[in-house]
Amino acid sequence: MILIGERINGMFRDVGRGIGEGDKAPIHEWALRQVKAGADYLDLNVGPASENPVQAMAWLVDTVQEVTDCPLSLDSTNYDAIEAGLKRCKRPALINSVPAERAKLERVLPMAKQYRASIIGLAMDAKGIPKDADGRLALAMEILAAAMEFDIPPEDIFIDPLILPVNVGQDHGPEALETIRQVKLLSNPAPKTVVGLSNISQKCVNRPLVDRTFTAMAMACGLEAAIMNVCDDELIATVATARIILNKDIYCDSYLKVYKGRGL
Amino acid sequence: MPVDLIKERYTTKVGEVVLGATKAEGGTRSQTITVGGDSTLPFLHFEGEVPNRPVIAMEVQNMVPEWSPEVTKNFKDVIGDPAAWAAKCVKEYGADLIYLKLNGADPERGNASPEDCAETVKKVLGAVGVPLIVVGCGVEEKDNEVLPAVAEAAAGENLLLGVAKQDNYKTLTAACMVHKHCIIAQSPIDINIAKQLNILISEMNLPISRIVIDPSVGALGYGIEYTYSIMERIRIGALTGDKMLSMPVICAIGYEAARAKEANAGIDQFPGWGELAERALLWEAMTSAAFLQAGGHIFVLRHPRSVALVKQSIGQLMIK
Repeated sequence: MILIGERINGMFRDVGRGIGEGDKAPIHEWALRQVKAGADYLDLNVGPASENPVQAMAWLVDTVQEVTDCPLSLDSTNYDAIEAGLKRCKRPALINSVPAERAKLERVLPMAKQYRASIIGLAMDAKGIPKDADGRLALAMEILAAAMEFDIPPEDIFIDPLILPVNVGQDHGPEALETIRQVKLLSNPAPKTVVGLSNISQKCVNRPLVDRTFTAMAMACGLEAAIMNVCDDELIATVATARIILNKDIYCDSYLKVYKGRGL
Repeated sequence: MPVDLIKERYTTKVGEVVLGATKAEGGTRSQTITVGGDSTLPFLHFEGEVPNRPVIAMEVQNMVPEWSPEVTKNFKDVIGDPAAWAAKCVKEYGADLIYLKLNGADPERGNASPEDCAETVKKVLGAVGVPLIVVGCGVEEKDNEVLPAVAEAAAGENLLLGVAKQDNYKTLTAACMVHKHCIIAQSPIDINIAKQLNILISEMNLPISRIVIDPSVGALGYGIEYTYSIMERIRIGALTGDKMLSMPVICAIGYEAARAKEANAGIDQFPGWGELAERALLWEAMTSAAFLQAGGHIFVLRHPRSVALVKQSIGQLMIK
């Protein structure tokens, strides 16, 4: 699993305050904590409150790269902000994200090509999130077709089936899982799949349990990446165990320790 | 029609382990031997690197072993003297290393003392310039006395010492740490235990570049396929990022092949099986041939003629 650390997001009070006041301490702290926990990417989101998202993203990228070379996932709906970030990334980044809308794809795909970035493609369009797997897959295919047009290989595309909170969009759960399963059939080589994990449990009780359970189920469907709380030990343990059951890692009694220490 | 070869690209490779130490490195060996380093499945030269050829260690014991006369007849002038025996293996039969099994330390087979064993090791070191593998008699309490004494006496020589097992690894690991030797981590044809033991040993801070995996081999006709598939998985693990399975592999074949009925029963018993002399050596050579393909790095053999055959086979497999 490709683990994308979600914590550097202006929605969190400490990070939001850091971005607002130009205080690097909370950014540095969360960058290092997530890398230590095994994050493969760090997601950077300046948050909705930022007055100048372009400048804030550039600052965030620079600030994080002062303490780590971990690849970055640039999370914004403002593509100028993403481009400002891409220009500064030391390693190929992940663009988070673009929906299946032609105008937005035409803005994002050339810049992905230019900066050798991967892209999260959302299985939604201007009309919103389709209600079933077939609708999501059709949009995923649109994104893939556009990527090929702009000479970006499918394996650089991460399709996000879009999961909704289980307490309000319960009927979307099976559809999202089915989408993950079928996205693999859209092309050869296949695109990757990703979810924004914490969305599944918004405003639910037992959030960590819902996250863990969904993770295991989605991994069984072939999920390859998740934007998640990488500092949640139990969640990481679930990922490690699912990898064992899926025969991705060879079992041994210390497998949890091995997985947690894999980056060290 | 042109055919495109499909090539796998692996992210990691088998780790390298260096055995022995020259004078400049604090030992007395005339050369060191490096095993491992493969970045592909065995001998797929078109796909990756096989930088170090598999090597052959010939087995020597500190007692007169009860081996088949087919083997012992080649050593009858030296079999009571481990140093002379080792020298003959290197000079006459081209052994890359010597595998000294201290069987004579077994309380029921002579009960040689730790000091005697250490002395034997030093004599063998004096008689040959190749790196040495030294293993105990298999009686754990005794080995836990003998092997630390050997480790200390041969400090600096960078021996490969064995064997560590899941329930008896601490004494030997500590001895290897203190006196800077490599260790054989043996598991009973069980990949989970192989991995776990490597973790346990490295948690004692012995670097993984000083661990060699002994997966326990079964001879041809006696479970060879179990070991084969375990070794295959170990190699694939090493190539796909599993650090705790990334060590080179030693196959103690001589002992296992010699136990096979086919390596011992005379033609009078089984007229259809052909001459015993030929059969006994082929059992060792054929078992080795299979484990070359499975990803073995160090082959422990007894029979001079099978050494020649396996060497020839390695030579052919190493041609790019």
